[in-house]
Amino acid sequence: MSRLHVVSGKGGTGKTTVAAALALALAADGRRTLLVEVEGRQGIAQLFETEPLPYEERKIATAPGGGEVHALAIDPEFALLDYLHMFYKLGSAGRALKKLGAIDFATTIAPGLRDVLLTGKACEAVRRKGKDGRFVYDSVIMDAPPTGRITRFLNVNHEVAGLARTGPIHNQAQAVMRVLKSPQTAVHMVTLLEEMPVQETADGITELRADGLPTGGVIINMVRPAILDQEAVEAAANGQRTAVAKALSQAGLGGARRGGTAERLVDPLLEQAREHAERVELERAQRAELTGLGLPLHELELLTDGVDLAGLYRLAADLRKQWPT
Amino acid sequence: MSMDVAPRLDTDALLDDPQTRIVVCCGSGGVGKTTTAAALGVRAAERGRKVVVLTIDPARRLAQSMGIDALDNVPRRVADVGGANGGELHAMMLDMKRTFDEFVEAHADPERARAILANPFYQSLSAGFAGTQEYMAMEKLGQLRARDEWDLIIVDTPPSRSALDFLDAPKRLGSFLDGKFIKVLMAPAKVGGKAGMKFLNVGVSMMTGTVSKVLGGQLLRDVQTFAAAMDTMFGGFRTRAEATYRLLQAPGTAFLVVAAPERDALREAAYFVERLAADQMPLAGLVLNRVHGSGAEQLSAERALAAAETLCLADDPADPDDASLAHTAEDSDPAKNTTGAENLADGGFVDHHSGNAQARNPSAADPDVSPTSAERLAAGLLRLHAERMQVLGREQRTHDRFTALHPEVPVAQVAALPGDVHDLAGLRAIGERLAVPPERTKRAAG
Repeated sequence: MSRLHVVSGKGGTGKTTVAAALALALAADGRRTLLVEVEGRQGIAQLFETEPLPYEERKIATAPGGGEVHALAIDPEFALLDYLHMFYKLGSAGRALKKLGAIDFATTIAPGLRDVLLTGKACEAVRRKGKDGRFVYDSVIMDAPPTGRITRFLNVNHEVAGLARTGPIHNQAQAVMRVLKSPQTAVHMVTLLEEMPVQETADGITELRADGLPTGGVIINMVRPAILDQEAVEAAANGQRTAVAKALSQAGLGGARRGGTAERLVDPLLEQAREHAERVELERAQRAELTGLGLPLHELELLTDGVDLAGLYRLAADLRKQWPT
Repeated sequence: MSMDVAPRLDTDALLDDPQTRIVVCCGSGGVGKTTTAAALGVRAAERGRKVVVLTIDPARRLAQSMGIDALDNVPRRVADVGGANGGELHAMMLDMKRTFDEFVEAHADPERARAILANPFYQSLSAGFAGTQEYMAMEKLGQLRARDEWDLIIVDTPPSRSALDFLDAPKRLGSFLDGKFIKVLMAPAKVGGKAGMKFLNVGVSMMTGTVSKVLGGQLLRDVQTFAAAMDTMFGGFRTRAEATYRLLQAPGTAFLVVAAPERDALREAAYFVERLAADQMPLAGLVLNRVHGSGAEQLSAERALAAAETLCLADDPADPDDASLAHTAEDSDPAKNTTGAENLADGGFVDHHSGNAQARNPSAADPDVSPTSAERLAAGLLRLHAERMQVLGREQRTHDRFTALHPEVPVAQVAALPGDVHDLAGLRAIGERLAVPPERTKRAAG
């Protein structure tokens, strides 16, 4: 059973929302989860309608059945100081390094160190145990970088271990890599039923597999209901225009005669239906593509009014029903 | 009624203006930034300009559509674009490592260049860790502009965590180079030379000790060798980054913030607008992608839903009046009619009523006398319309919120395409839609 859930996907597919819903879903029935943000955008705080998260794990939501969702926005600079302190007891030296600009260097310029710190912190939370010897968090859910960067992001410790061939950084990097490549970790992809996100999902999964990183499921987000298909629309356009106009008129939308209010609705409505049908067709093809990936698929409906807190709980409930237990 | 009506962004005028030499498309992920850059490129070329599109990380099929599937860091002519007007479209994808390597080769003597290129620290740095992309995008843009071969350079920004990180590149590089840390890194070579620096030296050796302890001796040596080898080049680096930064501020550059009419994307867009203003970067306007319209805006979502319900109630098998509805058909092709009805009975509807279709459609051979199908069809059309109108309303509200915050920012709306864009025809269609406002803008007057 994986305990570190890495949620990636193309930009704009709703990674943060899905990660948050998953954190809520997995916290149900008295469990405790940690939702981790690594991109510094404070998307989690916005989603849960709270003030910006500090670099500190704090409870942000209660899940159905008494569970708890905690959240942490990892700031690379704090993470580095934290790390120095934790491993080297370098409290004051850390501050001196900061004065020198070394921390800036480490977190913005030095290759990959930033990503090392982010993944390292998440893995630390996964492994952390309380006084009772049990894990502090049942699961850790990471709102991760987008598909294009995810493999490199997760593999950064591998690269660093090669760069620093001995010493504490080497050992730390190796330890993180062991967690990330173990069945404890699952990398999930969020996608929409559109060509580009589906293509990126497929490419991303190929990359993850090539590098031996454990793939989880694919979450199809913002699924819209199919109301009419192509055949129905063609039928309407090709033979039933008058009947449709009459039906519209009967429903109180004006006259069905040529030029009548109801009759004038037929063309624009049919045009919309054609677009809809085209999309339904496209979505069918994309869904087939995703099925071919051989991973569990989960679907979340489009919340037409945008995602607010209530919507988030609804998505979490949906996800929970579909999630393997 | 909108409170503020934003001025319209005239993209054609922007592309046609010979003074416009650089267009930068920025925006958060997934809003169609790269597609917009490519579509503007196609349109500008077909309007007679010699254009190069520099993309950072295009989706594969989009790259293919412009014939730049191979990543080789050199602009390639895109076939079948421009021509008649003398315009040309070239496109290239940024190859970070190669740009970095070329920079080193151009700015260091051969021996030093070899040492740098072989350094493991350099190899990781140039292979594209977070941060490098921004510098290299700036570097490439500067190079393209310096060559002065194109009328217009269109660039999309790197997909970094904050899409405006590239604006920080010169400053960050500067603060690093001016900082003491680099001196600490180089310490072994320099320490001990000067008298009266004893205090600093103690600090420095303690620091090197700390850094060495954390990084491991071998990595520290790699970093030091790298820093020493790059020493002479760092200055040039910064000079170039600063020059490009000033180039972006200069007249002749136009920033376009790209967004989709969704809450998060427009919130990011508002942030970009503010950030560009703070950096005194010339903002031309907002491109609002995937805006929905409707040819039947006079019919509200509420009325459409109510009408659909009426039809569903009427569509009750217990209601004998149903039959009175449909008799005449002025659309008179009987063959087509038959096909239509059969398809319909085959489950053309994906909604809840489909289970009953067969039972209540006894005369499949004579479809137009089948009231149920027409009514159900009409109800489906109305439900779809209601959904569309809800989308429209939501998009309008998010757009209005943005306009209220930034009423001065001109906006170009791009009507949504039903399918995805992955070929030149699609890019042309987007360019067309960028230039011609979608129907819904008419609504703003009402």
